[in-house]
Amino acid sequence: MNTILDTLRTDFITRSAASNARIIVCAGTGCIANGAQKIIDLLGETLEREHLLPTLIVDNHKDKPAVAISGSGCQGFCQMGPLVNIEPLGVLYVKVKADDVAEIVEESIKNGRIIERLLYVDPATGKRCKGKNEIPFYRRQHRLTLDLCGRIDPEDIAEYVANDGYSAADRCLNELAPQQLCATILESGLRGRGGGGFPTGKKWELAAIEPGNEKYVICNGDEGDPGAFMDRSVMEGNPHSVVEGMLIAAKAIGAHEGFVYVRAEYPLAVKRMQRAVTDATKLGIIGENALESGFTFTLHVMEGAGAFVCGEETALMASVMGRRGMPTPKPPFPSHQGLRNKPTIINNVETLATVPAIFRMGAAEFKSIGTEKSPGTKTFALTGHVANTGLIEVPFGTTLREIVVDIGGGVMDAKGKLDTNFKIVQIGGPSGGCLTKDHLELKLDFDSLKSIGAMVGSGGLVVMNSHTCIVQVARYFMQFTQNESCGKCVPCREGTKQMLLMLDDIIEGRATEKTLEELERLARAVRTASLCGLGKTAPNPVLSTIGTFRDEYLAHVRDHRCPAGQCKALLSPEINPELCVGCTACSRVCPVGAISGEKKKPHVIDADKCIKCGACAAKCKFNAITGV
Amino acid sequence: MDTVKTVCINNQTLPINNERNILEIARKAGIEIPTFCYHSELSTYGACRMCLVEIEGRGIVTSCSTLPEPGMKIWTNTKEVREIRRINLELLLANHERECTTCYKSGDCSLQRLSRTMGIDSIRYKPTHNQKPIDTSSVALIRDPNKCVLCGDCVRFCDEIQSVGAIDFAYRGAQAQVLPAFGRPLGEVECVDCGQCSRVCPTGAIFPRPQIDPVWNMIADRKLRVVAQVAPAIRVALGEHFKLPAGKITTGKIATALRRLGFYKVYDTCFTADLTVIEEGTELLARLEANKNIPIFTSCCPAWVKFAEQYFPDLIVNLSTCRSPQQMFGSLAKRALPAEFGIDAADLRVVSIMPCTAKKFEAQRPEFVQEQGPDVDAVLTSQELGRMIESAGIRFEDLPEEPFDTPFGMASGAGVIFGTSGGVTEAVVRFAAEKLTGNPFGYEVSAKEIAPGIREMSVDFNGTKITAAVVYGLRNARRICREVKEGKSPYQVIEVMACPGGCINGAGQPVTYDFNVIKQRGQSLYEIDGASDLRTSQDNVAIREAYEKTLGAIGGHTAHDLLHTGYKARKRVRDKGIHLHGVIENPLLSVEVCVGTNCCLHGAHDLLRDLVAYVDTNRLQDSVEVNAAFCFEQCGAGSPQVRINGEIITGCTFDEVKRRVDAVVAR
Repeated sequence: MNTILDTLRTDFITRSAASNARIIVCAGTGCIANGAQKIIDLLGETLEREHLLPTLIVDNHKDKPAVAISGSGCQGFCQMGPLVNIEPLGVLYVKVKADDVAEIVEESIKNGRIIERLLYVDPATGKRCKGKNEIPFYRRQHRLTLDLCGRIDPEDIAEYVANDGYSAADRCLNELAPQQLCATILESGLRGRGGGGFPTGKKWELAAIEPGNEKYVICNGDEGDPGAFMDRSVMEGNPHSVVEGMLIAAKAIGAHEGFVYVRAEYPLAVKRMQRAVTDATKLGIIGENALESGFTFTLHVMEGAGAFVCGEETALMASVMGRRGMPTPKPPFPSHQGLRNKPTIINNVETLATVPAIFRMGAAEFKSIGTEKSPGTKTFALTGHVANTGLIEVPFGTTLREIVVDIGGGVMDAKGKLDTNFKIVQIGGPSGGCLTKDHLELKLDFDSLKSIGAMVGSGGLVVMNSHTCIVQVARYFMQFTQNESCGKCVPCREGTKQMLLMLDDIIEGRATEKTLEELERLARAVRTASLCGLGKTAPNPVLSTIGTFRDEYLAHVRDHRCPAGQCKALLSPEINPELCVGCTACSRVCPVGAISGEKKKPHVIDADKCIKCGACAAKCKFNAITGV
Repeated sequence: MDTVKTVCINNQTLPINNERNILEIARKAGIEIPTFCYHSELSTYGACRMCLVEIEGRGIVTSCSTLPEPGMKIWTNTKEVREIRRINLELLLANHERECTTCYKSGDCSLQRLSRTMGIDSIRYKPTHNQKPIDTSSVALIRDPNKCVLCGDCVRFCDEIQSVGAIDFAYRGAQAQVLPAFGRPLGEVECVDCGQCSRVCPTGAIFPRPQIDPVWNMIADRKLRVVAQVAPAIRVALGEHFKLPAGKITTGKIATALRRLGFYKVYDTCFTADLTVIEEGTELLARLEANKNIPIFTSCCPAWVKFAEQYFPDLIVNLSTCRSPQQMFGSLAKRALPAEFGIDAADLRVVSIMPCTAKKFEAQRPEFVQEQGPDVDAVLTSQELGRMIESAGIRFEDLPEEPFDTPFGMASGAGVIFGTSGGVTEAVVRFAAEKLTGNPFGYEVSAKEIAPGIREMSVDFNGTKITAAVVYGLRNARRICREVKEGKSPYQVIEVMACPGGCINGAGQPVTYDFNVIKQRGQSLYEIDGASDLRTSQDNVAIREAYEKTLGAIGGHTAHDLLHTGYKARKRVRDKGIHLHGVIENPLLSVEVCVGTNCCLHGAHDLLRDLVAYVDTNRLQDSVEVNAAFCFEQCGAGSPQVRINGEIITGCTFDEVKRRVDAVVAR
């Protein structure tokens, strides 16, 4: 047993002994946005006022509670935030408000009673769930990489160590040979979680066999997909797992320097990673003679340059070297000539955070999770028209139904009613594709998704209900990639712009079938000819939605009709005479005087005058007005 | 046994000989694959995506970035490849100002050529071009961002070959542009005007600033006598403008053409190149004897001179003080010709025909502009001369050959080889050899290539040895300069040309992307030298005559006045500080506070803030001007430093400044 880790563990145990209860408030971005910080502050103040905070003299706490309070990383159940856990009571309070703090302290802390109204209610059964293991959202997940996220104080290295942290690194550095490390990861079947799914062990081996002493490990924390926040949650919730993964990777390939490249728009992740690196360095876990093994690994945290394309590995390396974040052609591949022209591996945050878990549980056990070709678990950011949005982790091979219905709690229609009827699930962000009801039983993994023209991508899952216009979905992602194109290669820079213009034409009723034909042709050209992954995958949302919903596109271009009723330019304003009672509310609110009619008689709209502002429909109590 | 590794392109089996990509193999075999962003001399950029090819089993890839592997079956023109190329080109054209008829590059434009060869008859995409302002601030080059296809060739040349980096990409995505730093005008940044950006530019996004119209106007003015000087590199390149073979020697046709255009006399810059050899050779021998300011750097390349002034101001003393042949010609002509022609000095115009854009800058340097006007009134590139000849309806290829006019048209072979890298050194060596051994060819040379663009020449003059470096490309020059500064340089003579291969590859020459053409031009110059009766500058009787009639003694007072010059340190592109407060014109008191790093560390920033506040409170804005200044470069003398009406006060305090302000204002 390593003395550094031993000391830390003992330290944590000593500190823990000073308290006999603990409140963990989720301080992930979603909960913070809903007021979690105020709750943490209030709890602290209240506990202090009531002299319930732990002191160093243990004896003082014999007859009253001593409560340790800490914030945690994202606990995943963002829809229900702010979340407050109380141990050893074992409860999870949801949607906690500042007003609840006094009651929580009084009831749950002082009297050890559960406040029923703050518990999560399972909408399916109506049952109140006491803790995470009773909540279906959590019960159906398999939290491996996210295991400690939300359970520990991310800024306390001792707590990470006390939870077996750095034990894998200790073994890798002090007992195993680099070849064994590569072999273990290869054997585990771990594939890159950043999107491509390249076997991580293979990547390591390629860099390991390169000659020379100057090699680099880079952690790609430039997560930029809209709606994706898996990597951020790991960096905020358990930064030391990333540091540990990098340390193991460094030993495996023989690198002595590493960079964590974190998106600058993630200030908290930057801060936590910096803290983790500083603490680990100070304690001799990384740096010179890391964990007393004689191995040196210096780690730096770098803020990204604010460009989505910097998530592409060649652009990322350019950015680390202080150059403009633009991709370069491959070959040379980073494993051969990467940062500063030296062999480099670039792994995603989640990939690296999974590495220590693999060494702790063993490659064979890891491989038993998930599917044969895609072992292990994957985190997804579940968003959109779904009851439980949040961060989830499931084994590969989990079906879409399990995710959307069982964990997500079902789909919400426009009126907030729940059913299982979604239109598409967009997966993999702007590079991904779309899944439909036909794919409900599809076991999600790298290969099954690829086979239907989608991809795991970074792991964004956006559920959309039947009121979604598919062309607008494609346009949304196109707009994103167009904005984020670095401007280097022609197909991406000019092609995405033209694709966007074509989608605008379709949405605004200017398109013909020829437009659709050219859009597809251009999309295929951009996919084939672009320089980097960003450009090559930019047409995916367009191509996959055309592939699945060609009829809806055709309705737009042939009949100038939007089946979902979302494309305003394609709607003709109408007042249903059956429903209209002639209350005149609409004609009074119309800013352009487009509505006329006698009192108590059905009104009519002049389509030429109407500007489709929607004011009339909002005013109408009888749902008589459509198409505005 | 057959061990040659091969690939198969379009059913042709082709050997792999260490080519760095498929594109190079194809080009060697005469298979043209279109590109905008690939130049063999630059790094692979992979942005234009035009050079797509299909490899069986691998699909469509860019040939510029794909390594050839034995056994590859490659097709350069499949249906899909052609379609994607066409889409690519149409995308570029949709975002391009397609005013071809008014574009400088019309006729030489790769975009235009590809559109034609690929049969683009309409563009299916919407026009997305936004008009951007044209940058005409530089005397040498014009930048028209409306024509830019963002291939980055200019950016990479400026950085990779010249190590200047005057332009780079700015903004992102659809807003991306190539710009000088901070969007400043090109004329106000560290551009050295070599113009190689314009040479590699596939379109008209950056091009030599034309001076055709002013020259036509001079010729049209009957009062004026307009003479031309023709640089050595023109005679082996201009023919290409008229579709003559690469390297075709057209000296006589050029002289004829210029006369038919209306030039009064046509002279040869090689004549003043001979003059340069004598002045510079004399300077070298004197420096060697005194062992002072060695190595001597050549000074005929104006881009190199500006480069040295900007980046190596402390090596300025090592530059030969000789003016370039163009400027020697200008000053000599302006001194000698009015009397010869019997005209008023104000009525003489000197037009030079140069392969170079930096010569346009050089001609306007204040050192070479006298009260009555510049020594060289206009500089035309060979491209511009070609266009003038065309527009005058002269069929160049059919012209008879005429000689240059005397006396400034007589030149030796040594003067001619100035046009190619290494020529200046060789010409000077021939001069020195005669001085040292009595025989202009009494020397032995051993040359070796240190790196591409750096050759080392050891010359043995019967036991006296001189080691010279012959360098082209300013990145190479930077490397050599660093070595000189570090005391690690073994050379006595260092010849620098900014353009790869020397003036024959100047940015004003007919457009070519083929280095074999450049080599051919160089060989032709040596051919002229070899065929010349006169191979050494010192034997040129016209030179002797010029010394006797106009210049006096070699290295004498008049010669020095007319043929030599000085340089200025350009460590800063702008010397002016930043005006912060108070009057701008005629202040009673001008206070400049140094905000260099050292002074800032010693409180310059606080001083500046207090001073501005003091001026404000006491309403002194009308009499006191406050500026933030660049480093005064006397950091050792005590900081912070403040310059008040020109006087630098070291270790200055706010109270000190206040005292002086009060004293002056009280008066």
